[in-house]
Amino acid sequence: MRITCPHCGRRDVAEFTYQGDANRLRPDPASTDQAAWNAYVYDRVNTRGPHREFWQHSGGCRAHLAVERDTATHAILSVSYARDSDTARAGRRP
Amino acid sequence: MREYSAFALLKNALTGNTGWKEAWRKPELKASYDVIIVGGGGHGLSTAYYLAKEHGVRNIAVVEKGWIGSGNIGRNTTMIRSNYLHPQNQHFYEHSLTLWENLSQELNFNVMFSQRGVMNLAVGPAQLDDFARRGNAMRLAGIDAELLSREQVAKVIPGMDVSASARFPIYGGLMQWRGGTARHDAVAWGYARAADRLGVDIIENAEVTGFLKDGDTITGVVTKRGEIRAKKTAVVVAGSTGQVMKLAGIDRLPIESHVLQAFVTEAVKPFIHTVAAFGGGHLYFTQSDKGSLVFGGDIDGYNTWAQRGNLPVVEDVMSEFVALFPGLARVRLLRSWGGLMDMSMDGSPIIAKGPLPGMYLNTGWCYGGFKAVPASGWTFAWTIAKDEPHAFNRHFTLDRFRRGLIIDEKGQGSTPRLH
Repeated sequence: MRITCPHCGRRDVAEFTYQGDANRLRPDPASTDQAAWNAYVYDRVNTRGPHREFWQHSGGCRAHLAVERDTATHAILSVSYARDSDTARAGRRP
Repeated sequence: MREYSAFALLKNALTGNTGWKEAWRKPELKASYDVIIVGGGGHGLSTAYYLAKEHGVRNIAVVEKGWIGSGNIGRNTTMIRSNYLHPQNQHFYEHSLTLWENLSQELNFNVMFSQRGVMNLAVGPAQLDDFARRGNAMRLAGIDAELLSREQVAKVIPGMDVSASARFPIYGGLMQWRGGTARHDAVAWGYARAADRLGVDIIENAEVTGFLKDGDTITGVVTKRGEIRAKKTAVVVAGSTGQVMKLAGIDRLPIESHVLQAFVTEAVKPFIHTVAAFGGGHLYFTQSDKGSLVFGGDIDGYNTWAQRGNLPVVEDVMSEFVALFPGLARVRLLRSWGGLMDMSMDGSPIIAKGPLPGMYLNTGWCYGGFKAVPASGWTFAWTIAKDEPHAFNRHFTLDRFRRGLIIDEKGQGSTPRLH
């Protein structure tokens, strides 16, 4: 498995650290909705197929990346900086 | 059907081995059963067996996607132990070990259970202190544990580098002498045959493609071989839990599927007489009765549904093994393979009623499901038959995450790749 880092190019997966499912959205830190926090911390969609997730290029430029990967085949479908991902955008509040 | 015995062996040897019957029937699907068990792996088969044996429920179908022995029950490294720290785990796994001790007699099938000892090797004084604490906790719960010095460890496993100059010098170990290994296929075949003899229908090549529902209540399953109805449907499908539960409309669970790789070398003369785990990185190894070294390490670390892993873990596991046993550097690897792990968010399993009415769920075995096969089936059967958990599995609920009652043996939090 190789991931094409937008900054460093195509590198072996050994250089990257997996940071988990990018489909989860953290509730507003001020929220006291226990169900929402429980879902964020513990529940997973556990997709078989194209899956959005975060990686860090910890053995390289250390950039945080948003990766789409097919969990059935290990094919990397797209890579971008995590700051540009849908999850990051959804997390921004006015 | 005939009992297996020395007499049967002798008689068949003298009559050209024509007297053997198939170990379990290939029954046709009936339209309805009292209980449907989805998943014909070790846990599903033992659930069926204990339901029939302990609770008198004989009208059971076990539906299996492939053939018996094709899943994780045939893919694991066969290690059996009950060396846990938390009481919720201790009593459950100790019950499992107790069932293992009489399993061959119970099933009339030699599962080759070998109590050769399971040792955790400590690579520093802090880890040895931690093992002493765990050993004391085990002994308080009535489980055998013995703390070994470096010299004692060297005697138990000759050939291992226990020198002070090693990269991770070994300071001692925690030994559970009653732990050991068993023949994994025999466990599947033994439970399948024993359940079949009690009237359980084992339906192979019957992948579940949907659930029958009456409102929210599960009333049966749709399989590739037809529909079946039952008041009670139990799902025990390990790494495939996410996929199967989605068919029932449950989209999110505290489970992620990961891949764990395992390795086997060519056969060498017997020199490792126990099972051991090395905490410098993460490595566990044993030597099979055929002489092959069977070993493995961490899961690959990202969620996946592919039953194969990547090379970084292979390299990591090999380098740890060679660091421990420099003499094995030129032994050749015969095979490696991967299996799907149902990693739960706290590293402990779920054996509970629900989440929908008419449904029962058994999952979250992480990569420690093999040793639990007897007790998992035993407690799951109890839960299905009585609609309430046994004391051994009452902590393994699905809602423990919401209620803050997690059982996190490693203290890693909700990061499945670290359990």
